[in-house]
Amino acid sequence: MTSLTAPAAAPGAARETACEAEPPAARLARYGRRLAVLLGLPAVLAAVWWIVSERAENFFFPPLSDILSAFGPTWFDGRIAADLLPSLGRLAAGYLLAVALGVALGVLIGTWPSLRAFAEPVLEFFRAIPPPVMVPILMLFLGIDTLMKVVVIVSGAVWPVLLNTVEGVRGIDRPLRDTARVYRLRPLTRLRTVVLRGASPQIVTGARQALSIAIVLMVISEMFAANNGLGFSIVQFQRGFALPEMWTGIILLGLVGLALSLIFRAVEATVLAWYRGQRRAQRGGNR
Amino acid sequence: MTATTKATITTTTTTTATGELLRVSGLRKVYGSSGGATEAVRDLTFATRTGEAVCIVGPSGAGKTTLLRCIAGLLPPTSGEVVLEDRPVAGPPEGMAVVFQDYARSLFPWLTVAQNVELPLREKRVAKGERRRLVAESLEAVGLADVPGSYPWQLSGGMQQRVAIARAVAYEPHILLMDEPFAAVDAQTRADLEDLVRSLWTRLGITLLFVTHDIDEAIYLGQRVLVLSSRPTVILEDVAVDLPDERDQLTTRNDPRFQELRTRVYELVQRAKRGHRPASEVTLS
Ligand SMILES: Nc1ncnc2c1ncn2[C@@H]1O[C@H](COP(=O)(O)OP(=O)(O)OP(=O)(O)O)[C@@H](O)[C@H]1O
Ligand SMILES: [Mg+2]
Repeated sequence: MTSLTAPAAAPGAARETACEAEPPAARLARYGRRLAVLLGLPAVLAAVWWIVSERAENFFFPPLSDILSAFGPTWFDGRIAADLLPSLGRLAAGYLLAVALGVALGVLIGTWPSLRAFAEPVLEFFRAIPPPVMVPILMLFLGIDTLMKVVVIVSGAVWPVLLNTVEGVRGIDRPLRDTARVYRLRPLTRLRTVVLRGASPQIVTGARQALSIAIVLMVISEMFAANNGLGFSIVQFQRGFALPEMWTGIILLGLVGLALSLIFRAVEATVLAWYRGQRRAQRGGNR
Repeated sequence: MTATTKATITTTTTTTATGELLRVSGLRKVYGSSGGATEAVRDLTFATRTGEAVCIVGPSGAGKTTLLRCIAGLLPPTSGEVVLEDRPVAGPPEGMAVVFQDYARSLFPWLTVAQNVELPLREKRVAKGERRRLVAESLEAVGLADVPGSYPWQLSGGMQQRVAIARAVAYEPHILLMDEPFAAVDAQTRADLEDLVRSLWTRLGITLLFVTHDIDEAIYLGQRVLVLSSRPTVILEDVAVDLPDERDQLTTRNDPRFQELRTRVYELVQRAKRGHRPASEVTLS
């Protein structure tokens, strides 16, 4: 069978060697360009803001320099622990619960078509309700504690995860399902190795949408009623006419969102490495 | 030589006294859809002995894949029955491996080549060391020993098909169903893989059901060739391949008897394509 080994050199391996062959200087230049592209627009915007606001007399738009000098005293004297961490804790709890619940229900509904036909109208109805309107209602039932805020986040963030998971599970290729059945994979293996992995591209899409919804709901739930948190602080500053401090809160919120989206991307890159590779190969990348 | 092989087989798999492993009786499959029903398979009846190699040929769209899916327990027949090892098939039975026609889409793209081959063995609770050995051996046998860490989508079509074959081989089934498994490989590899299947069949005493479009391949691999009619499908003829079980790419294919069989099956397939039905059915209707 020697003739069989000839065509067997992996194209993947060929790609990797091509990358390694790049000289260090060229690679440095490539990273430099990427960094410039990444930070270019933020730098320009910050500079414009700085220049325009520097001489502005408007009380509501204090100079950026004032805002930045207020940043340290506002946040690093205990507010990180007192406000930011509780916010992040509630966000994490609500978001993770929403993803877990959405994936679990999505797998169930996606697996049984009859259940889907039964549940679909209800799902579409709940999805159509803008999540913030749930806050006053949930306040009535659950008070204004952490529980209410977590439930608010879950109630808004669960839908994209759920609906995308249903689509992902339904979209798993028939030959793969047949293979799993023929080789008699046990239910747990089928769930982990076939269903969840097969639906993972859609689950990740849903989870990404859910993340931005969860951040919005974290802030809004704190603006309604709270005694700590990022949203609570921003409202407090605004009511006390502490405008530079209010702006620092908004900037911090943006930074939190940015950091979370970077973490999300890193997770996505590992979970969906196979999917990217497959897509690239299908577009004619490697043969 | 086969006499001894067969003797060991009957002890390893449960069979009736007659040595019958698979019985397909009165199998009919009608696909129903909103656009109307398609009668893919009308009436198929045949049986195979344990350890037999049966090849199935027939025009495209004759329902060969449908037949295999019914036998594999993946598709409930409209009427009729499939009985394997004395049990009616209601779902995929134990000890069966299938190489699908959609080979590329039957590999898990999120698992490496080795993981794809290993997964069914894990589920069979094969011990770890034994699993490693089986994976390495089967990949070696299909000529893919050097890409166990690659993902299926990094391989060419022919290589993907060989991964699917290696997965079935490593599983060590009693019964192996293959649906045009060599369609995407080059001629030389194809000859090698035919010999691999042949040697596997003699070594493990498996029962082989092999669908192909290639008449020479059907005769080279089979002890019987079932020629199917065009849709709605019945068996046009059950051709016995009376060649010695010891086969070889050169001598077997040059055997005058091989040539005769080939002419016979070729004529049958041509007739099937023209819509010829077996005499029994014509008199019935
Ligand atoms: N899921 C399905 N729904 C409806 N009709 C189907 C379905 N699968 C197959 N058919 C029809 O049944 C008939 C037989 O199909 P099948 O795939 O079994 O043929 P085949 O003999 O395997 O063909 P080929 O040699 O081209 O692989 C075809 O007419 C096909 O259109
Ligand atoms: Mg087919």
